[in-house]
Amino acid sequence: MTMFLTIAVVVLIFVVIFQIAKASEYVSVLKGEEVSRKQNNKINGFLMVVFLVLGLVGVWYCNNLLFDKTLLAHDAASVEGARVDSMLWVTLAVTGIVFIATQIILFVFAYKYQEDTNRKVVFFAHSTKLELIWTVIPAIALTVLVVIGLRNWFLFTGEPPKNAMVVEVTGKQFGWIYRYPGKDGSFGKKYFKNIDNASNSLGLIWDDELAHDDIVMEQTVYLVKGKPVKFVLGSRDVIHDVGLSQFRLKMDAVPGIPTTMWFTPKYTTKEMKEITGNPNFQYEISCDQMCGNGHYSMKGVIEVVDQEEFDAIMAKQKPYYYTAFPEKDPSAVADTTVVAAAVVK
Amino acid sequence: MSHEAVLHGDAHGHDDHGHHEHHDTFLTKYVFSQDHKMIAKQFLITGMVWAVLGGLMSVLFRLQLGYPDSTFPFLEDLLGKWAKGGRISPEAYYALVTTHGTVLVFFVLTAGLSGTFANFLIPLQVGARDMASPFMNMLSYWFFFAASIVMLSSMFVETGPFSGGWTAYPPLSALGDASPGSKTGMDLWIVSMALFVVSSLLGGLNYIATILNMRTKGMSMTRLPLTIWALFFTAVLGVLSFPVLFSGFILLIFDRNFGTSFYLSDIFVNGVGALPNEGGSAILYQHLFWFLGHPEVYIILLPAMGMVSEILSINSRKPIFGYMAMIGSLFAIAILAFLVWAHHMFVTGLNPFLGSVFVLLTLLIAVPSAIKVFNWLTTLWRGNIRFTPAMMFAIGFVSLFISGGLTGIWLGNSALDIHLHDTYFVIAHFHIVMGVASMFGMFAGIYHWFPKMYGKQLNNTLGYIHFWVTIAGAYLIFWPMHYEGLAGMPRRYYDFSIWESFKQFGELNKFISLVSMIVFMVQLLFLFNFFYSIFKGRKLTNQNPWNANTLEWTAPINPGHGNWVGEIPEVHRWAYDYGKDGVDFIPQTTPVGADESQH
Repeated sequence: MTMFLTIAVVVLIFVVIFQIAKASEYVSVLKGEEVSRKQNNKINGFLMVVFLVLGLVGVWYCNNLLFDKTLLAHDAASVEGARVDSMLWVTLAVTGIVFIATQIILFVFAYKYQEDTNRKVVFFAHSTKLELIWTVIPAIALTVLVVIGLRNWFLFTGEPPKNAMVVEVTGKQFGWIYRYPGKDGSFGKKYFKNIDNASNSLGLIWDDELAHDDIVMEQTVYLVKGKPVKFVLGSRDVIHDVGLSQFRLKMDAVPGIPTTMWFTPKYTTKEMKEITGNPNFQYEISCDQMCGNGHYSMKGVIEVVDQEEFDAIMAKQKPYYYTAFPEKDPSAVADTTVVAAAVVK
Repeated sequence: MSHEAVLHGDAHGHDDHGHHEHHDTFLTKYVFSQDHKMIAKQFLITGMVWAVLGGLMSVLFRLQLGYPDSTFPFLEDLLGKWAKGGRISPEAYYALVTTHGTVLVFFVLTAGLSGTFANFLIPLQVGARDMASPFMNMLSYWFFFAASIVMLSSMFVETGPFSGGWTAYPPLSALGDASPGSKTGMDLWIVSMALFVVSSLLGGLNYIATILNMRTKGMSMTRLPLTIWALFFTAVLGVLSFPVLFSGFILLIFDRNFGTSFYLSDIFVNGVGALPNEGGSAILYQHLFWFLGHPEVYIILLPAMGMVSEILSINSRKPIFGYMAMIGSLFAIAILAFLVWAHHMFVTGLNPFLGSVFVLLTLLIAVPSAIKVFNWLTTLWRGNIRFTPAMMFAIGFVSLFISGGLTGIWLGNSALDIHLHDTYFVIAHFHIVMGVASMFGMFAGIYHWFPKMYGKQLNNTLGYIHFWVTIAGAYLIFWPMHYEGLAGMPRRYYDFSIWESFKQFGELNKFISLVSMIVFMVQLLFLFNFFYSIFKGRKLTNQNPWNANTLEWTAPINPGHGNWVGEIPEVHRWAYDYGKDGVDFIPQTTPVGADESQH
C-alpha cells in the first residue's frame, strides 16, 4: 500500500513539474525569445552565486559534522602513520586552497559575466604569459608533493628496522591466518598442495624442522607496542588485502607472490580505547580487495600489548606441529601415558 | 593564430552522395542504417537504456547500504531468490555493484558518449558526407548491441551475473568455485566485453580515418573545433589500449576453460582443494587490465572536455582561451594516459622504484589538467554568458572536474594511496571526476546538439531543474564519501555492522541513499523531456539556434543522409571567432575580410 502511495505521489510530482515546465515554455514563446532568455539568465546567474555560497557553507558544515568520525580526529596508531597524516594535511592545504579559489572564480565569473547587452566581450584568445604561469605554478606545487610523497614511500616500502619481529599473514575466503616463527626465529617451508583445513591450514612441510615450532593462530594477531613488525603477506585462494586503517597502511595478499609491509605500533589496544573514547575499540584488519561474497565480513583483529603481556601470551601457545601430530606433543605424551596407565589398571 | 596550409581539401569526392536520396525502407533507415547521424542516435538511446538500468542498480544497492536493517518486500518481487525476505543477498549486492560499474564505464560513458558524439559530430563538424566507412560504422553499433544483449542475458543465468567487481581480477574471476558469479555469468561477461572491444575498435578506426582524411576544403587540423580534437585523441587511446585488454581477456578465458596458468598459482579453494596451477601471476592481469583501464578514464573524459570547451566558448560569446594550449594539453593527457596505469596497483607489492616513477608521471597529469581548467575559467572571463541548459552543464562539468581532479593528487601520491586505496575516498574521487563529470559533459552535449539531432527543442525549464538537482545531488552524494574514506571505510562492503571502525556512518549512508534516489528520479525527468521533445517538442525554426560558428549549423535543420544539399561548404577560419572586431560570431564558412584584425 505504502509502495503504491509512494509511486502515486512521485508520478503526481512528475506531472506537476512537467505542467509547470510546459506552461513556462508557452509563456516564453509569448514573451519572445530575447526576453525569456534574459529572464532565465538572471535567475540562473543568481542561482550560481547561491549555489557557491550554499556549497561552501555546506563544505564547512559537513566537515563539522563528520570530521570527528574520521581517523584524523586522533593520532595515527603507528609511528610511520604520523607521516601519512602530516602528508595528508599538506596535500589538503594545497588542494584545498586551489579548490576554494577556483570554485569561487568559476561561479563568480558565471554570475558576473552573464549576458549584458551593454558589455562588449573581449576577444582574448591566448596569452603566453598567463598560460606559462598556470603551467609552472602547478608544476612547482606538485614537485613539492612528489618529493614529500616519495620520501615516505621509500620509507614505507623499504627495509624494516633490524629488531623488527616478523609475522606471516595469510588470507583465505573469508578470514586471516597468522604464523609466528616460534623460538628459532625462522619460518618453516610450506607448499600449497599440503594444505588441509583440519590439521595444516597453511600447508607447512613437516620434513622441515624449522616448521616444528611455528605457531599458527586465527582471528587475533598479537603485536608489541613500540616494536617494529614486518608482515609477510600471502593468500591461499584469491587476492585479499590487509587494510590497517588505524596504522595508515595497506597491502595486497596475492596467491603465489609474497608481499611485505612493516610498521611500528605506537599505542596498545587499551591505550587506543582511551584515546578514541570508544570502549569497544579494536584494531581491525579489513580485507580491502574484493574477494568474493563474504568480502565484507573478512575481519581480523590486531591486539597491541606490552612486551611482558606479549611474552605471557606467546608462552601459552603450542606449536602448530602438535596440532598435526598430537602424539608428539611432550605435554600431551605425559597425559596419554597417564591415561594409558589408568586403562591398564 | 596562423592558418597554415590546408592539409586536405578532398571535399568533392563524395559530392554525388548529397544529391540523390536513397529510397530507404524502415529497416535501412532506422535499424541497419549507415547514416552516421542515425547510428549516433542508436548509440545514444542504447546508452540511455543502460544508464537507466545501471542507475537503477545503484539505487538498489544503495538501499542495502542505507537501510541494512530494513526489508523491502518489493525487492523480493523484483529479484526473487536474490532478495529473499525483501533484503538483497550479498551475491545480488555484489552482482549489482559489478554490473553497475561495467555498464556505466563501458556501455554508457564509452559507447554512449563517444559512440554518440563521435558519430554525430565528426562528419558534421569536419565537413564530410559520412564516416570513412559507413558500413564499418554500422557494424560498430551492432557489435555494441550484441554486447548489450549478452550482458543482459548474463543477469538471468542460474548462478547469477559476474560479481567480482568491474575490474574482474583473477583468481576470483577465474575460479567458478571461488564465487558463484564467476561461473557462467563470467563467461558471458567476457564474451560481452570482447564484442564490446570489437565495436569500439571498429568505431575508433573509423573516427581517426574520417578526421584525418575527410576534412572539407580549408579545414586544416588547426581549424578543427576542440570537440573533434578531443574525439580524435579519444579514438587513438581506444585503438591502442583496447587490444591489450582483449589480450588480457583471452588469457583469462584460457585460464578459466583450458587449464592454463597465466594468472593462477598456489591456490587452494575451500571445498575443492589445491588446484594444479603453478607459476602464474595474478598481478599480470592487473597490468594488462589497467593498461586499458587508465586510458579508459580519458576515453571517458576527453569527449566531455572537448564538448565543454566548445559549449563554454559559444555561450560565453568569446573564443576559447588558448586553443593551441588546449590541443597541447589534450595531447599531453593522451600520452600520459599510457604511462600511469600502475598507480592503480600501488598496493599490489610492485617494485617501489617502479612505483615512484608512476607517482611522478601520475602527478604530471595535473599540469595539463590545470591548464585546461584555467583556460576554461579565462574563457568565461569578461564574456557575455548565456545560461542555456548546455552551458549550465558545461559549467557544472568544470566545477566537478576541479573537485574530483584535486583528490587525484591525493591518490596519485603512493604514500597517501596506501592509506586511501580501495576506500570510499576512491569512490568519491572517480565518481566525481570521471562518472558525474563525464555525465555532465554528455548532458551538455545532448542539450546543445539535440536541435541538430531531431530538429526540435528541448524544454528549457526541465533542463534547468535537471541541472540544479543533479549538481546539488552529485555533491551531496559524493562529497561526504571523502570523510568515509578518511575513516578507512572500504569499498564493496555489503554491510558494515560488524566493523567497529566503520559503523559510525549509518546515518550518513541513509542520507546518501535517499539523495541518490531523488537524483535518479530527476534523470527520469530528463529522459521524459528527451523523448517527449523528439515527438512533441517545439520545431526548430532557426538553422543555427545558438549562433555558433561550426559547420554542423550550416547544414539543413533536418539533414538527410549526406548532410549538405549541394556542395560541402568550404572553411576559411577557425571555429572560435566570437566577438571578433565587435561582431558576435563569424561562421567558419565566412571568408576572411580584408580589414579583419589578426589574432
